[in-house]
Amino acid sequence: MKSLILIMISGALINNVVLNQFLGICSFLGVSKQMKASASLGGAVIFVMTIASAVASILYDNVLKPLGLDFMKTIVFILVIAALVQIVEMFLKKTSPAVYKALGIYLPLITTNCAVLGVALTNVQNEYNFIESVLAGFGTAVGFTLAIVLLASIRSRIREEDLPAPLRGAPIVLISAALMSIAFMGFSGLSF
Amino acid sequence: MNKYLERIYNGLIKENPTLVLMLGMCPTLAVSTSAMNGIGMGVSTTAVLILSNFVISLLRNVIPDDVRLPAYIVIVASLVTVTELMIEAYLPGLYKSLGIYIPLIVVNCIILGRAEAYANKHTPDLAVMDGIGMGLGFTVALTLAGLVREVLGSGSAFGFNFLQYLPDSVEPIGIFIQPPGAFFVIALFIAIMNAIGIKTRQRKLVENTGCDGCCATCAQRCEDAEEEAK
Repeated sequence: MKSLILIMISGALINNVVLNQFLGICSFLGVSKQMKASASLGGAVIFVMTIASAVASILYDNVLKPLGLDFMKTIVFILVIAALVQIVEMFLKKTSPAVYKALGIYLPLITTNCAVLGVALTNVQNEYNFIESVLAGFGTAVGFTLAIVLLASIRSRIREEDLPAPLRGAPIVLISAALMSIAFMGFSGLSF
Repeated sequence: MNKYLERIYNGLIKENPTLVLMLGMCPTLAVSTSAMNGIGMGVSTTAVLILSNFVISLLRNVIPDDVRLPAYIVIVASLVTVTELMIEAYLPGLYKSLGIYIPLIVVNCIILGRAEAYANKHTPDLAVMDGIGMGLGFTVALTLAGLVREVLGSGSAFGFNFLQYLPDSVEPIGIFIQPPGAFFVIALFIAIMNAIGIKTRQRKLVENTGCDGCCATCAQRCEDAEEEAK
């Protein structure tokens, strides 16, 4: 039990996927322009990453490993994630239009979000079982959401500031991310 | 200028994938802890890029337009797997320090971006030169970022420790090889580019669409979404 909680907290805070492992930087920098979009993307990532971790774990343990096809994992995972995103998109469109409207356009973006593939591969590398994988996926996605929502709120303040011209745009966002990253380094002192 | 040399110049300077197009930020930030890591990652990505550009260009009339992205992903993923196994076998040290970022070359926006933007419209010889040019541009940018972080953060350059020749009071700034240092160094690079007046595509794209434009696919999706919203 203790180790399961640790996996989740480590995914969300200590090894934050964006600020510590640099996965999903594209959407982190791009979408964080608007608060509402960030929260929606965060929701979509939590949804997809949890399911993707579960499916990847099942596939790896039951198909790839018994057949000795470990080396195929990159190809299989990326295809599974792409297909999964499509299915989730269609499913949501039919069953809950409200959720689809909120997450809709962000779902396809996730296919090329390296964080999802990264988590699936890290789970395999760490030899997590099914439950551990799902929790790691969920924790990582929560960490992503936390980081992107925090950055979005920082950016809404920066917008009002009078910055030196060369720092406007991407540089100041990256500097904010760097300061957030320093803050998150503090979590590595957490111990159980 | 010779049309082949033009591709090299284009990739290296005019449309440098990292510094001008701002593609592939994840590996740039993640593996630039030392100059050697930068070279290793740059060369691995270049190898995949050249091969994928070549294969996709050869198959450009065979792959149906509707399923081109899944087809590209399968081609790139296969090439990445081959590269990963080669690195693991022949360069175990590099394999260990790059770790998970080798399989993640699959989702490096530069590769799918070049497939979409160039390789599927041009002949194999030009596509290969484009791959070499873009790969070189990526490698140079990554090595430069790695060098700055290594010099400031661990007091060495390409693994050569120059700190021993300096007074004892000089200490490396450890934060630069930690994650925050990556953000700082890239922010500095882009600020310098802004100051000397080179406009990054990211800035134009964000200003025009509000989309991050991390790669051809996302950019396309964002355009669709924008149109739908209207």
